[in-house]
Amino acid sequence: MSPDSLRASREFAAVDRRLLAQRLRRALPADAVLVDDESVRPYECDGLATYRRVPLAVVLPQDEAQVQAVLRICAELGVPVVARGAGTGLSGGAMPHAQGVLMSLARLNRIVRVDPLARIAVVQPGVRNLSISEAAKPHGLYYAPDPSSQIACTIGGNVAENAGGVHCLKYGLTLHNVMRVRALSIDGEVLEFGSEALDSAGLDLLALVIGSEGMLAVVTEVTVRLLPLPQVARCVLASFASVVRAGEAVAGVISAGIIPAGMEMMDKAATAAVEEFVHAGYPLDAEAILLVESDGTPEVVEDEIALIRQVLQAHGAHDIRVSRDEAERLRFWAGRKAAFPAAGRLAADYYCMDGTIPRKRLGEMLESIAAMAQRYGLRCLNVFHAGDGNLHPLILFDAGQPGEQERAEEFGEAILRHSVELGGTVSGEHGVGVEKLGAMCAQFTEAELESFFRVKLAFDGQGLLNPGKAIPTLNRCAEYGKQHVRGDVTTHPGLPRF
Amino acid sequence: MAPLPETLPRRWCEQVREAAANGRALRIVGGGSKSFLGDVLQGDLLDTRGHSGVVDYDPAELVISVRAGTPLHDVTDLLDAHGQMLAFEPPAFAGATIGGMVASGLSGPRRVQAGAVRDHLLGVSLIDGQGQLLRFGGRVMKNVAGFDVSRLMAGAWGTLGLITEVSLRTLPRPPQELTLRLELDEAGAIDRFNRLAGQPLPLSATAWHAGLAHLRLSGTEASLRAARATTGGEPVGDVEASAYWQALRDQRLPFFTYGQHALWRLSVPGTTAPVELPGEMLMEWHGGLRWLRSEIPATAVRTAVADRGGHAQCWYNRAPGVAGFEPLQGPMAALHRRLRRAFDPQGVFNPGRMGGEF
Repeated sequence: MSPDSLRASREFAAVDRRLLAQRLRRALPADAVLVDDESVRPYECDGLATYRRVPLAVVLPQDEAQVQAVLRICAELGVPVVARGAGTGLSGGAMPHAQGVLMSLARLNRIVRVDPLARIAVVQPGVRNLSISEAAKPHGLYYAPDPSSQIACTIGGNVAENAGGVHCLKYGLTLHNVMRVRALSIDGEVLEFGSEALDSAGLDLLALVIGSEGMLAVVTEVTVRLLPLPQVARCVLASFASVVRAGEAVAGVISAGIIPAGMEMMDKAATAAVEEFVHAGYPLDAEAILLVESDGTPEVVEDEIALIRQVLQAHGAHDIRVSRDEAERLRFWAGRKAAFPAAGRLAADYYCMDGTIPRKRLGEMLESIAAMAQRYGLRCLNVFHAGDGNLHPLILFDAGQPGEQERAEEFGEAILRHSVELGGTVSGEHGVGVEKLGAMCAQFTEAELESFFRVKLAFDGQGLLNPGKAIPTLNRCAEYGKQHVRGDVTTHPGLPRF
Repeated sequence: MAPLPETLPRRWCEQVREAAANGRALRIVGGGSKSFLGDVLQGDLLDTRGHSGVVDYDPAELVISVRAGTPLHDVTDLLDAHGQMLAFEPPAFAGATIGGMVASGLSGPRRVQAGAVRDHLLGVSLIDGQGQLLRFGGRVMKNVAGFDVSRLMAGAWGTLGLITEVSLRTLPRPPQELTLRLELDEAGAIDRFNRLAGQPLPLSATAWHAGLAHLRLSGTEASLRAARATTGGEPVGDVEASAYWQALRDQRLPFFTYGQHALWRLSVPGTTAPVELPGEMLMEWHGGLRWLRSEIPATAVRTAVADRGGHAQCWYNRAPGVAGFEPLQGPMAALHRRLRRAFDPQGVFNPGRMGGEF
């Protein structure tokens, strides 16, 4: 197959469901193949429930040999395969293919080995993020990336999405904390990316595979790096009279030579929403609040907290509180972590965006979002991973009201396009999936998108692994171009169109 | 008059298209400081050094964007003046450029604590084998839009494309450093380094050679004082310590510069027991990087290292017929072949740079 045909929207030949089921049942235990509508229904979407698709079949392999058997059958029959972890993803990356097999890796859930001296854990893809840290805890170690869904999301999904979390400013993304990925190609060949050494022979394919949204290979085992548990963590809660001042304070902290463990910002609307919900003790009069965390040894934390307090004060913070104990620290965080459910209480539906921009453009971005909220007639709560410029605007709407969902989606895309204009990206940590395919057309040129397809093709010559995700087709970008020349030309005249 | 740096990439695109059309190869060279590594370089010379200069640096953003031909020391001096650094501590071989630093993917003593080149690489502009100028990644810390092609360029030795510009993450320089020296045998050093690394200590580098271990702590004065109680060892004076780590980073220690036998770079899991091969050993990265000066045959070295889950590169004094890079096999070699073709269908860039057909 050529990249050109991959770039075109693609139809897969219809496969007889009974024949497929028969082949799969010969390779897997009886309870590991689901085909009737009622049993496959729970797999029709991931964490982004607005995008649904019923797959031909769902398989639940329990070891690598079974995964391999499924892949070989699908490669032979030309059937698309979508791998899925816990289904907590927020971009529709694990949405099934209507002509395909949805492969849940949830049963590959064994922690193979924890090696405290080497500070690594070898785990199967279905192991939950948090359970790695739980297994490492007796050795004084933990796995650093902590996406907000960490009690449910799996390491396989984290690898697929290059998941982040509130601590990645200091500790990095999944990419920075994974040493080795064992995976199978669509043909069932075993591939080892990275190793337990710090580098490997050949190209650094580990970096390419992490964040590839299940489009290059299916992960069967992961070696993660473990870090020493910090002895102490303390959190500063500061109030600001404007979001611009809060943004400047974020830059100030970095300029002072501090890389905090976490640095989060919430605007007034978001603060009010969560305060009503979890009573974290947030000030309701502030236009923006910042949460800045320091962790490490007692000596380091004491020095850092003093410096952070000084910097925030110098940038006009009018109310600064430092957590006195662990209970108070957790309470400070409880509000931030409840932002999504709080949005869910305020409106029938909400839509979470994930653009990232250079930190210094935060104030500007917030002003633009406020103007867009007016224009689209929808409310928006703003929570940010301010330390790394990753925005999560929560657009509130009611899908039951005619036109509201479309308006919310347009609002979201306008935010993403503006992120690109400000020198940022359409996705910081949630992945492109199906949700941001349109926005990808604003970020990349034709030639760049074609390079992605060539990479895909080098791994998966038939284009069967998670087809239709992450990289927009030519047709898609043409549609996108038309739509935005029509609807949006006055608001972003400087935006390149494709 | 020399062409302006801004106009060079467009000319290079033309040069690449011509080379592809005429079946010629291009040999990408910056300062040539790492030419001794790997196999014979073929093709017409493409010197990157005309495309030089810092494009954008805002210390509060922790990002610097630099043209590929910029001398590495220009960048490290600039960061130093702002109290920042490239945390992966790249080797500063004489004449090294930023493009070569990324293309080689080599990191220095701080590797275990801070990560490798690719961990700090946020974006690249590159020219592919069809002469197209492409951008991947960007100037922001978190970016999962599209495949992470930019990081794939770190350690690809220019075989996938010609890097024209890179954006790198910068970090504040630690306020203070303290180096401690202690006597340990090889097995004792491996054990000690890894045990210390499992504790919340500001351990930023370790090295061992000939019965002597060096530990470096980086952080605030109070944290260094507290850590010293756990690490033990005799403090080394600041001037001597800084000279030692620089010489280690740039491979100027006598171990690297003297001796007739081949020098091997062994990348192994850090806790691997001493690799009992005849010759002299120097260890870095808590045992994860071992340098072996030995006259034993290449196959003996490669087999011993592969058995331990690592790989070996022949660095200096390579015997005729010995591959510099670890040869690839099976499905991995096939995948590399396909990827190479995806970026560079005509095989224009640095053919053979990574050994054999790669």
